[in-house]
Amino acid sequence: MRFVIVAGTPSSGKTSVMIHTIRHLLKDDLAVAVCKIDCLQTSDDERYGRLGIPVAIGLSDYICPDHFYVANLEEIENWARKQEADLLVLETAGLCHRCAPAVYGCLSICVIDNLIGIDTPKKVGPMLDTADIVVITKGDIVSQAEREVFRYKVAEVNPLARVMDINGLTGQGALSLKNEILKSHDLNEIAGKELKYPMPAAICSYCAGETIIGKSYQMGNVKKVDFGGTE
Amino acid sequence: MMLEKITILGGKDKDGIPEKIQRLDVRAGEVLAVVGPTGSGKSQLIADVEQYVEEETLTGRSVLIDDQPADKNDNKGLSRYLVAQVSQNMNFVIDMSMEEFLLMHAEVRAIKNPRQTIKDVLSITNELSGEPVSLSVNLTQLSGGQSRALMVADVALISNSPVVLIDEIENAGIDRLQALQILTGQGKIVLVVSHDPTLILLAGKRVIMKNGGMHKVLVTTPEEENISKDLIKIDKKFAHLREQLRNGNSIGAEKLKKEEFTAWPKF
Ligand SMILES: Nc1nc2c(ncn2[C@@H]2O[C@H](COP(=O)(O)OP(=O)(O)OP(=O)(O)O)[C@@H](O)[C@H]2O)c(=O)[nH]1
Ligand SMILES: [Mg+2]
Ligand SMILES: [Zn+2]
Repeated sequence: MRFVIVAGTPSSGKTSVMIHTIRHLLKDDLAVAVCKIDCLQTSDDERYGRLGIPVAIGLSDYICPDHFYVANLEEIENWARKQEADLLVLETAGLCHRCAPAVYGCLSICVIDNLIGIDTPKKVGPMLDTADIVVITKGDIVSQAEREVFRYKVAEVNPLARVMDINGLTGQGALSLKNEILKSHDLNEIAGKELKYPMPAAICSYCAGETIIGKSYQMGNVKKVDFGGTE
Repeated sequence: MMLEKITILGGKDKDGIPEKIQRLDVRAGEVLAVVGPTGSGKSQLIADVEQYVEEETLTGRSVLIDDQPADKNDNKGLSRYLVAQVSQNMNFVIDMSMEEFLLMHAEVRAIKNPRQTIKDVLSITNELSGEPVSLSVNLTQLSGGQSRALMVADVALISNSPVVLIDEIENAGIDRLQALQILTGQGKIVLVVSHDPTLILLAGKRVIMKNGGMHKVLVTTPEEENISKDLIKIDKKFAHLREQLRNGNSIGAEKLKKEEFTAWPKF
């Protein structure tokens, strides 16, 4: 089974792009299963469900969605194998710019859109620079000049990735993504594979439900702002 | 990067029937108008050209560059700069001054003399839109007409792609005839989707789309060229009137009538 991880900033077009791409894959008689990870709520399951394929959702609720994602990879894999999928698409929540969900052995796709601003590729750092494929959406509503500059900024952060423009509304460009997915290799087992970039630590009192502000309520892994030592 | 021509090889229409037109060449400096009713497949044709590297498009068309198939594995190469597009739906969204952004774009496209080039971009922009802007203006503050004018100027001088796709810019508030002249003057291959007779007849030929397929190719006849000249006169008059009204002038009723009647009888 091929394992495809789709990350990207919120509302960048992850679901739109993957729906068009999965349509092409289904035409090739591949069995596709999709899992969506989000925090509190998502309607992506409904949208994927309309393709008539098995869909699962995982809501992380009070846990960081990216930590939740890593902790569930094995279970998600097992679920997809039970669905007899040839290909698993896992769409992440994409809320945190520090987290990068890419795993060695899986195909990592990062979807970002032309509207997020030309400095953002730098800010999304690890999520972008660990991706095998970068998909840029919403080129239909910005100028050619901005598309070119944006693409250049993306290539600066991740010079090795294959970069493609896809229109999430019409699906233009999704065939190229399908072809790239078909070129990727099967994954024997996700357990034992390694994250390309470590997740940030998050084990403080607030992780455990603390809500009051102030030093005396803080325990565990706490980091403070460095104001440059001019006190 | 310059090239001599592109060739569109026909595929299938919406019913899977082979397109009537199986080969269409467009040369440098030529304008091809893409015409047909809504839903006839105009935008798809443009999209197919834009995606020329794609192995399989839904229509099964393919595109040759100077008689060669596109290099499918050329990910980082020049080929992705082959096509530049200007359409009605596009806007500038970057919060930055025109000058800063154009310099950045010029750097990305390795323009040799960026300062001079952006000056030229500015003057073309102002010529096309008729509402002058300065380089210090923020991109997001440009009017629709100014944005479209800047897009054309930028595509002509900075993007520098040999193929330009123009999607319905007739309502964009710019001098579209001059826009075409500027682009073709740079030796570009221009494909223009349009419902506007002036623009359509200005093209050397036009492809008529029907049911998703290329149905017919017509070369503009000498008679149509004459009509085109008249249309351009009317267009100029229109632009002049617009300018007068915009500047708060009253229009002399008699003068207008006289001129109108000499321009119209051909119809
Ligand atoms: N104009 C335009 N809109 C797009 C494009 N791609 C996606 N959209 C729109 O952007 C919005 C978000 O798209 P989604 O596919 O839901 O994005 P997402 O990344 O899956 O969103 P989350 O899963 O909620 O983070 C929708 O309204 C889409 O219709 C595109 O290429 N062009
Ligand atoms: Mg989604
Ligand atoms: Zn995180």
